Amino acid sequence: MIDTLLQQLEQRFAISNINQGRKGLTNCHVDKDKAESMLRELRDKHDYVHLSFITAIDWIEDNIFTLVYMLHNFEQNHSLSIHVDLDRDNPVMESIHNLWAQGWTYQRELKEMYGIDFPGSPRVDEEFCLEGWDQMPPMRRDFDTVTYSEQQFGHRDGRSTEDPREYMRENLYPERGGDAK
Amino acid sequence: MTDKIDIKLENSGLTEEEKKLFSDARPQTYEPYSEKVEKFANWARANSLWILGFGTGCCSIELRPLMSARFDASRFGIAGRPTPRQSSVFVIGGYVSVKTLKRIVRSYEQMMGPKFVIALGSCPANGGMYFDSYNTVNQLDLYLPVDMYVTGCMPRPEALLASIIDLQDDIKAGNCDSANEYVKNFDWYKANQKKVIKNWNMPDYNW
Repeated sequence: MIDTLLQQLEQRFAISNINQGRKGLTNCHVDKDKAESMLRELRDKHDYVHLSFITAIDWIEDNIFTLVYMLHNFEQNHSLSIHVDLDRDNPVMESIHNLWAQGWTYQRELKEMYGIDFPGSPRVDEEFCLEGWDQMPPMRRDFDTVTYSEQQFGHRDGRSTEDPREYMRENLYPERGGDAK
Repeated sequence: MTDKIDIKLENSGLTEEEKKLFSDARPQTYEPYSEKVEKFANWARANSLWILGFGTGCCSIELRPLMSARFDASRFGIAGRPTPRQSSVFVIGGYVSVKTLKRIVRSYEQMMGPKFVIALGSCPANGGMYFDSYNTVNQLDLYLPVDMYVTGCMPRPEALLASIIDLQDDIKAGNCDSANEYVKNFDWYKANQKKVIKNWNMPDYNW
């Protein structure tokens, strides 16, 4: 059942990189232009009626943002995660708030946290969690959160960190000559 | 301090229209009564601590069992209140994000004196596990005066009860003067708050 669906999608939308995740989860890649129509068809014809989430992955080495749409089919208890690659320099994606009403919340969050734009999505330019934010979007991997936190919020002296592995070697297993194996 | 009372607050975060709607008076320190009256008042305050029902982070989940039958905080005269105007203890329950800090400042200033702050968990003390977060303040005492820290991630209700008993002892001994500290160092606290809260669109003091 899933295999025939995937074959259909492969023919119609040229999905690639199909692989099986955990049980009941299939991953695939699709082009940016075809993503919206494919999501629409999955929802209307193939019972993938539930949008679990939208999130993004920052592949800074490849200069790519990957959007992940996770759809779920309650009839077959199957999830389909659809990956869409965007150009990192100009991350713009078609809005899907017409397909799933909750989509605009995710899109607003992605705009704020990653700077991915969804033209036409309701209230996409409003602040979501970060009020008065004036830096680059904080979930991008080139944002240096440690330095920012240090500058902005300071740092209380006396805070120390133990590496658990080193700590156990020195304090729990000294008789083994510092070898915790 | 007394010479500063005449200086009005700027309220520069407000528009001209809004400035007419809010007070621009500075907060004032609380002048204690005579020693005997103050001692009685402190005893009364210590035995009727009303907690503001505002959970700022995950540690505030510990406030729920505190009120239920097992830990039964009512026997110490503790009650939860829905509004800052009626409460005297502000339990900062866990991490303080910048967005929450704005609401915390607003709620704290709206509370009637004498008021006390208990910081629950590691995060308000030194950032805890969010020490490198872009959005979580690392030291709460830069922004508000804190009477009592309870460390742990997260502390058990017993720890919170112990801190409340300690706070009661402190109040009875007359050591809890943090609301006056806030007023005395008002400019310093306000500068720190405005440094992290960048869209300051409320009055400088929320009466």
